[in-house]
Amino acid sequence: MIGAFGAFLRGLLALGFGLALWQGVVWASGVPSFILPGPARVAESLWANAAMLAQNARFTAVNLLTGLAAGVALGVATALNLALSPGARLLLRPMLIFAQAVPVFALAPVVTLWLGYGAPSKIVMVMLVIYFPVTSAFFDGLMRLPAPLADMAQLMRATPVRRLIWMQVPHALPSLASGLRLAVVYAPFAVVIGEWVGSSRGLGYLMLMANGRGQTDLMFASLVVLAALSLILFLTFETIIGRLARPGRKGRVG
Amino acid sequence: MTAPGLHLHGDLWLETAPLIRNLALDFPAGRWSCLLGSSGVGKSTLGRLIAGLPGPFRLQGACRSSDGVSLRGQVAMMAQDGQLLPWASVLHNVTIGARLRGDKPDTARARALLAELGLVGMAHRRPGTLSGGQRQRVALARTLIEDCPVVVLDEPFSALDAATRLAMQDLAARMLATRTVVLITHDPLEAVRLADRAWLLSSGGAEALDLPATAPPPRSYCDDATLAMQARLLARLQGMQAA
Repeated sequence: MIGAFGAFLRGLLALGFGLALWQGVVWASGVPSFILPGPARVAESLWANAAMLAQNARFTAVNLLTGLAAGVALGVATALNLALSPGARLLLRPMLIFAQAVPVFALAPVVTLWLGYGAPSKIVMVMLVIYFPVTSAFFDGLMRLPAPLADMAQLMRATPVRRLIWMQVPHALPSLASGLRLAVVYAPFAVVIGEWVGSSRGLGYLMLMANGRGQTDLMFASLVVLAALSLILFLTFETIIGRLARPGRKGRVG
Repeated sequence: MTAPGLHLHGDLWLETAPLIRNLALDFPAGRWSCLLGSSGVGKSTLGRLIAGLPGPFRLQGACRSSDGVSLRGQVAMMAQDGQLLPWASVLHNVTIGARLRGDKPDTARARALLAELGLVGMAHRRPGTLSGGQRQRVALARTLIEDCPVVVLDEPFSALDAATRLAMQDLAARMLATRTVVLITHDPLEAVRLADRAWLLSSGGAEALDLPATAPPPRSYCDDATLAMQARLLARLQGMQAA
């Protein structure tokens, strides 16, 4: 308990230091506030535009989570399919490797062209960006079953599907977790880029609009909300993973 | 379940080089035989061959069971590391074979075996929380529940401390008494305690040494006949090393 409180205090201290540094730079350099607003001014803007920020943050968050869920589902399904079917491996794996070499962010204009300015293009951007890391991390884990376990499965005359369920999937869960960690980090980038390319709502849209109007404080306020959103997403994920991977957990199976 | 004997003859090749030439091995039905020889001579390769596992080796010859039935699905294997699933409970580990085949896991039998092997109350523990000896007993329970007439043991006890190893040898000898067991080992004492026949492997072939059946396995480690035989085996292994 004291440890958690101590960590909280340390975090608060670091935050305070960062804010002080920021304000110090603003004072010392004397830059006008439309170039770099101080933290107090950004806080003011946060407060004044709370309703608008919340509304746009909601749009961004919903697309982010929808894209995340769909991308993870698609990636997991692809990896399972590839692990089960040598034919699928032959056809799809080179494509997967090639697709990883394409900077997916560069596809944002095309996606917007095809799917319009609404939510679908943002969701698809998130899916595209996280699909490959999730698929390849999980697939690698599935294929890297230790040789002794593979021998055992063969001696016990395992069917391919049951071998997958009882051996490969549990063995690959840590790999899937590292793929998901990447997904959780990339997804906010993807959704904001989707909004930058073409949108009439969302935090990314708000940032572009505020920038265009010289409302730098509002732009920074949007950025703060976006950072908070990413941080909450990441911490939630880490908490869930930490719970699941806690050592000494009682046998759930059997 | 009547265990068949095994007969294996021919040349064993590893990739493109001959590993052991002129093999002619007999494993009597329902008895323990052991494979001895220096490291790298091909003991584990022979074990994999008998179990029907894949590898970069090939037998120019044949491996047959005495009853003419295919060995596929008849061989269980237990190795040094136990190969337990680290994420699954002890009970789940013991019944994994049935799960992998899509049969209903016989948890009652699994619990009975665990009790017989001295693992009462550990059914829901994870392998990581067990000692090395306990883990090997779980692996033994998993091997036993498969009910295979032929069992290959690839140095199953070599990572255990001396006292635990003796206890495990007693347990395995009792539990696997009616099966045809191929024991791969480095340890002459283990060979003398458990096996009725020892095969000394070298690149030129295999030589049979019948171990004195003064008593049924597991033989006492302090018995004169056992100790004399152990000394003889050690001398032979030392001679092979020098050659």
